[in-house]
Amino acid sequence: MTLYQRRKLKNGIVIFSALLATAIGLGWLAAILGTLLFHGAAGLSLAVFTQNTPPAGATSGGLANAIVGSVLMTTIAVVIGTPIGILAGTYMAEYGRFAKLTHVVRFINDILLSAPSIIVGLFVYDLMVLPHLPGFSGIAGSIALAFLVIPVVVRTTEDMLALVPKELREAASALGMPLAYVVGKVSYRAARAGIVTGILLAVARISGETAPLLFTAFNNQFFNWNLFRDGMASLPAVIFFFSLSPDEEWKALAWTGALIITLAVLALSITARALASSRKAS
Amino acid sequence: MVDVALHSTAIAEPVSPSRIRTLARFRFRDNAFRITTRAAAISVLVILGGIILSLIIGAWPAIDAFGFRFLTTETWDPVADKYGALAPIFGTLVTSLIAMLIAIPLGLLITLFLTELCPKWLRRPIAIAIELLAGIPSIIYGIWGLFIFVPFMQTWVQPYLTEWFGWIPYFGNLFQGPPLGIGMLTAGLILAIMVLPFITSVSRDVFEAVPPVLKEAAYGLGCTTSEVVRHVVLPYTRVGVIGGVMLALGRALGETMAVTFVIGNAYQVSPSLLTQGTTISATIANEFTEAESALHTAALIELGLILFVITFIVLAAARYMLLRMERRAG
Repeated sequence: MTLYQRRKLKNGIVIFSALLATAIGLGWLAAILGTLLFHGAAGLSLAVFTQNTPPAGATSGGLANAIVGSVLMTTIAVVIGTPIGILAGTYMAEYGRFAKLTHVVRFINDILLSAPSIIVGLFVYDLMVLPHLPGFSGIAGSIALAFLVIPVVVRTTEDMLALVPKELREAASALGMPLAYVVGKVSYRAARAGIVTGILLAVARISGETAPLLFTAFNNQFFNWNLFRDGMASLPAVIFFFSLSPDEEWKALAWTGALIITLAVLALSITARALASSRKAS
Repeated sequence: MVDVALHSTAIAEPVSPSRIRTLARFRFRDNAFRITTRAAAISVLVILGGIILSLIIGAWPAIDAFGFRFLTTETWDPVADKYGALAPIFGTLVTSLIAMLIAIPLGLLITLFLTELCPKWLRRPIAIAIELLAGIPSIIYGIWGLFIFVPFMQTWVQPYLTEWFGWIPYFGNLFQGPPLGIGMLTAGLILAIMVLPFITSVSRDVFEAVPPVLKEAAYGLGCTTSEVVRHVVLPYTRVGVIGGVMLALGRALGETMAVTFVIGNAYQVSPSLLTQGTTISATIANEFTEAESALHTAALIELGLILFVITFIVLAAARYMLLRMERRAG
């Protein structure tokens, strides 16, 4: 074999493996989505959204309490986490762009962004559940999720505010606006789409989280509107408990829940991406 | 700016009271806003500090009782209240290692396809599809792994691994044991798919930062695509790629739900990849709410502390690498 042939062959192998790798990645995604549709779609019915999770052995039931619990805890987590995240991001991009504090916060925030979520669960357990403030509860779950929201929002807010042209700020300042007003009336408006993208990404991230909820909101077989008393059901936790049980009805519900949650999360992240790219294009 | 307007002596005429009031209000709000944002930024540090502090306090009874032996003992026995973290630590490291061994080549090959081979109009859809793998919640990987992937491994993969490689001295030990489906190898494979998007998205970013002139020069000399990537793109982006890999490793180490479903939860250190094991996060997820004794809870929290320290180091290294890459690029 000549050198030329050998190089050509090697190149062919590499290109073939690249194609194969891409096919494996895409195939895997298709396999997961396919099985979810296959196992989950059969159980989709109105009862899923109107009835509570059934006791073991029951033949009918739904996921209403889990869906409501998930939506409720996610909402509260976003309500708590977003303002803190946006304010912190604002400090880093507007007030202290070159301050030492900003560098430290950015570094720590990036670590929190990828830190294992189960650790956050342990932290909130120590903080709220163990001292009975107020024990296993929806609010403990929400706060655990809020700790996951903050790093995502800090990161995107800082990035998006940093993209706002400094001429806009200078023009506003030249008109005599104090910095707080420049931020509020100019920077935030210019970066609005980006910040919303960040919030959507954060929602997508936490709505599938299970590990931090296990020790904080735990689970509840019944409907529970009270955030401060008893555990609160959530879709991921119900999927976890039901899928590991031998009860067939529970397993079917777990698949349905898995389908619902995946569709919701994928829809959120695709929306966020579309929003981000439409901004880039404009 | 406001201060200048308030106190400037250059303004000869006396400033009207309403103007002073407005300016004072401006100044107050400006200060209040600055202090609030600063407090929010500091709260990020407080969260990290709080996590570390609460883990150390929570783990103290176990640290006190077992000391350094905790890291080197294999026994995990809630009945006798004796705990050692060797098996979970071993499982965490082995599953992450398997995940990396598979995800790194797979991720780099996908990136090669996306940046060098793929037609432009197809790039975005494929890149988004790969990144969606990161969007799927980990509990979904868990349930999918347990009901779909485990039977597949049990029937189609593990028996053949044992048959083909099991007889090789030393190396074959990795593939001995009954094909149960669940175990270290299955967990590692699922982790590989989960962290794949982190590797592709970071390496795609850094691959695209390679100056086209460098690549064109290599192509102009008659290099093949694989040679350009191997000798021009990879050396140029090495630091960034390693950063992406570390980021993925950080994820793999801390991943909980997917692993909990398929690892088998057995406290043993075994050379075979087909045996059941456990990881730090799976142990915590399984036992934490059921822990009876205070020492059991403390031991679990100490596991959490160990996990946090490991991921902290890995992620800090990842950030440092990516920062170096960014500085060079920009």
